Amino acid sequence: MVESALKLERARYERSALVEWLTTVDHKKIGILYFWTSIVFLLIAGFLALLIRTQLIVPENTFLGPETYNQVFTMHGTMMVFFVGMPLNAAFFNFFVPLMIGARDVAFPRLNAFSYWAFLLGSLLMLSGFLFGAAPDGGWFGYANLTSSKLYSPGLNIDFWVMGLQVLGVASLASALNFFVTIVNMRAPGMSLMRMPVFVWMTLITAILILLAFPSLTVGLVMIMFDRYFGTNFFNPAAGGDPVIWQHLFWIFGHPEVYILILPPMGMISEILPTFSRKPLFGYTFVVFAGMGIAFLSFGVWAHHMFAVGMGPVPNAVFATTTMLIAIPTGVKIFNWLGTLWGGSIRMTTALLFAATFISMFTIGGISGVMHASVPIDYWQTDSYFVVAHFHYVLFGGLVFAVLAATYYWFPKMFGRMLDERLGKLHFVLTLIGFNLTFFPMHFLGIDGMPRRIYTYSAGMGWDLWNLVISIGGYLTALSFLVFLYNVVRTFQRPADAPADPWDGRTLEWSIPSPPPAHNFDVVPVVRGRDAFWIEKYGAEEVVGPTPERHGPPTGGSPQRPHNPDPGQHAGHGPSTPSGHGGQAHIHLPPPSWFPLSTAIGLTLMGTGMVMHASDTLGSLGFPVVGLGIAVVVVSLLGWTFEPIHEEAHA
Amino acid sequence: MGKGRLWKRSLRAGVLTLLAVAFTGCAIGNGPQSVNRPAGDSMRKIWDLFLPIFWLSVVIFVLVTAILLFALWRFRQRPGEDRHPEQLHGNTRLEIAWTMAPAVILAIIAVPTLSLIFELDRKPGPEALTVRAIGHQWWWEFQYPELNVVTANELHLVVDRPVRIELHSVDVIHSFWVPRLAGKRDVIPGWNNVLTFTPQEVGVFPGQCAEFCGIQHANMKFTVVVQTQEEFDAWIRQQQQPAAEVPADPLAAQGRELFLTPANACMGCHTVAGTEAQGKVGPDLTHVGSRGIIAGGMLENTPENLARWLRNPQAVKPGNKMVLPRQLTDQEIQALVAYLTSLK
Repeated sequence: MVESALKLERARYERSALVEWLTTVDHKKIGILYFWTSIVFLLIAGFLALLIRTQLIVPENTFLGPETYNQVFTMHGTMMVFFVGMPLNAAFFNFFVPLMIGARDVAFPRLNAFSYWAFLLGSLLMLSGFLFGAAPDGGWFGYANLTSSKLYSPGLNIDFWVMGLQVLGVASLASALNFFVTIVNMRAPGMSLMRMPVFVWMTLITAILILLAFPSLTVGLVMIMFDRYFGTNFFNPAAGGDPVIWQHLFWIFGHPEVYILILPPMGMISEILPTFSRKPLFGYTFVVFAGMGIAFLSFGVWAHHMFAVGMGPVPNAVFATTTMLIAIPTGVKIFNWLGTLWGGSIRMTTALLFAATFISMFTIGGISGVMHASVPIDYWQTDSYFVVAHFHYVLFGGLVFAVLAATYYWFPKMFGRMLDERLGKLHFVLTLIGFNLTFFPMHFLGIDGMPRRIYTYSAGMGWDLWNLVISIGGYLTALSFLVFLYNVVRTFQRPADAPADPWDGRTLEWSIPSPPPAHNFDVVPVVRGRDAFWIEKYGAEEVVGPTPERHGPPTGGSPQRPHNPDPGQHAGHGPSTPSGHGGQAHIHLPPPSWFPLSTAIGLTLMGTGMVMHASDTLGSLGFPVVGLGIAVVVVSLLGWTFEPIHEEAHA
Repeated sequence: MGKGRLWKRSLRAGVLTLLAVAFTGCAIGNGPQSVNRPAGDSMRKIWDLFLPIFWLSVVIFVLVTAILLFALWRFRQRPGEDRHPEQLHGNTRLEIAWTMAPAVILAIIAVPTLSLIFELDRKPGPEALTVRAIGHQWWWEFQYPELNVVTANELHLVVDRPVRIELHSVDVIHSFWVPRLAGKRDVIPGWNNVLTFTPQEVGVFPGQCAEFCGIQHANMKFTVVVQTQEEFDAWIRQQQQPAAEVPADPLAAQGRELFLTPANACMGCHTVAGTEAQGKVGPDLTHVGSRGIIAGGMLENTPENLARWLRNPQAVKPGNKMVLPRQLTDQEIQALVAYLTSLK
């Protein structure tokens, strides 16, 4: 009986590779999908950046016209935030959060797959604007009433932007809910909140931020949609509307969004620095609470993007103060990272170099952020290249450096292969030089009064030299990414021979083989303290907190033997690993499903139909396509609801 | 070893880059929009607030980076070494110290910041000049309501006399920015923003729109001409006169004819005071011949540029709102240029 059931199961799983990837609900596979998709988008958005830099390399250049340039800079910003930054973080959430908390998957595996497909299809919907020469052109911030009025944005450009972002917003919200529930409910026995790795903490805080911030964007986008499609006047001053309302709605989302982007990288740094210093994170509690403090404050600072709007001195003074307060928890984090390195035994791996450089580069971005918090200074710096320098130091010097560190760090666990360290260091050096050459001189352009988002400038403004230097820096940065890609390709040509624990890691993902088996843990681990795996390897001087007890149904493992303590030894694959008691392992793995993909397709069809409705030629097809999309969503959700969830083996 | 050499090489490259930056330091701050040479009270106060914060920032950055580099060097794992560092979890006293330190620094920054916010917002005295700046996609209209003068793209101000600029927009959000004189203030349709400052130097100061406002945001520029009171009064007297008479030059007279022919559509958008041309969509051209720039500050006001513009405005400034009902002939363009340059 059992055997035939297992055979049946195997038949279910033996599908073509394509079908397997399309229907997977495995958090690791979804993480890998997120990873490669956002790397591809990173290359596209980086290419757009090169177009920008080529246009600005000399004054009065005619390489791109204004129409193209505006589409290019809009899509560069929108993509880097929504198609690259957030999904790169999500790639690591997906792959590593369940592993780090000792879970077999996320709380809602099919919802997780849905998040990915909605992200991919929503991104493609927006990108497809390029095919029609109508990519979004209102800036990533899409200020009304330029964007909300058909008078000022007559084309489909903004419609692609609004509909694409709405689909992406659904994806982000679903994903945030999923990770919130996963982290709250699915931790292994003994993994109390204050024993969670900081990366998991930052994921939890990020999920809360997404849940609270994205609705504001959604509401704003709905208002733009209504103004454009149905003739409402939310942002139309001639009819009593006010375009500044959009700015409030956008930045109530937009500033927490900055922390949605940067808190997970801070978590990555907080994992990588301890591993390569062979020391625990300095001041764990303070780093965690600093993250919470940043998240809390991030909802009270949005108007610092609007100091020049003319809100009056009192609101400006209030928002200046709250903004400055954010520098305190940020400073605490930086000092704790330095404290982590101090006294350690530091291995100069590529991951460590990127992570350590993050501290220094992020400090530059943080300090110039304090300058902007000073309202009068912001009257000058806002919308000038000084601000462009600032947020690239935060997002490139911060997010990208951290994600590259995390890539070198976690690549062996994800793919079972070690990236080449020599090429990695070349990549690091090129990135460090290219990045600073690109973005540091933007401060000078800010001093020389060059505004943002201009497609051309005249000679004689004193901007020629630095624009040339910046463009050269941009090309160098692009070259550094080519080195990275070469490294990746070469690594995949080599055998998959990464050990389970190549870096002498501290957290649970290193206790299982590289890459991990489908069910992650043969036996759900029991956590006896922070740096759970380190304690198992080397023992703790003192184990703080209560001794864990095993909750829930018995998993067949004995609590005294939490998981494989030998880093080099690969644990056996398959669900029937003997547990030491000779009992049958009772591992529940959700079966693959088509419904997440089909739901995402339906949702994207709805967005596509709305864009079609606004077009001249396909207008009449618009609402039918929306209807079709709704039907697909409804049918998919019904199928999703009644889809049987198989238990793989019944003991 | 190999790794160490690579590390050193990158360090050397970094130092070289820094040196190169230092040597080219003279290439910063010499432009016509460079804020480090303030020519107005408002920007001067902003720059004076910025400098100490900047030096404080340099100190913090150098400190953090020095600690970082020292830690990386001092605690690096030597080849063959298998040190097991003490598993130190933290130090509450240190935590309190480095929570307090940024708080104190921020307090030091906050006090002058807050006081300057209110200072910059102070209302000017009765001697202030009032100007209305109106943002259009993609040019600036300037009105002197008390003096009955309307002009475009060129704002005249009086040195050492405070100015009160009322900011309006007829379409989308713009932002009024003259970098050497003052900070930005957004120009929002439906809002009545006011920007106040005092120019302190005679000269010509370029400014431009600082809020993305559509396809030609880059070419929404203007100049501010700061003059002595006498020069300003003379300029006002000249601007107050209508340009009614038919010019003596026959070519210019022909241009006037063309301009005032309704089928040519010029007068549908443009005003020339004293004639039937009373359009309000495009710039007032009553004294266009006296201005230094045209086309939203994109071109110098020369006969060649005017001709270029009239031949095909969409080729010169793609997307701008000026659409000719038909292609003008070269002869017509010459006539129109002669007429427009005669409007002093």
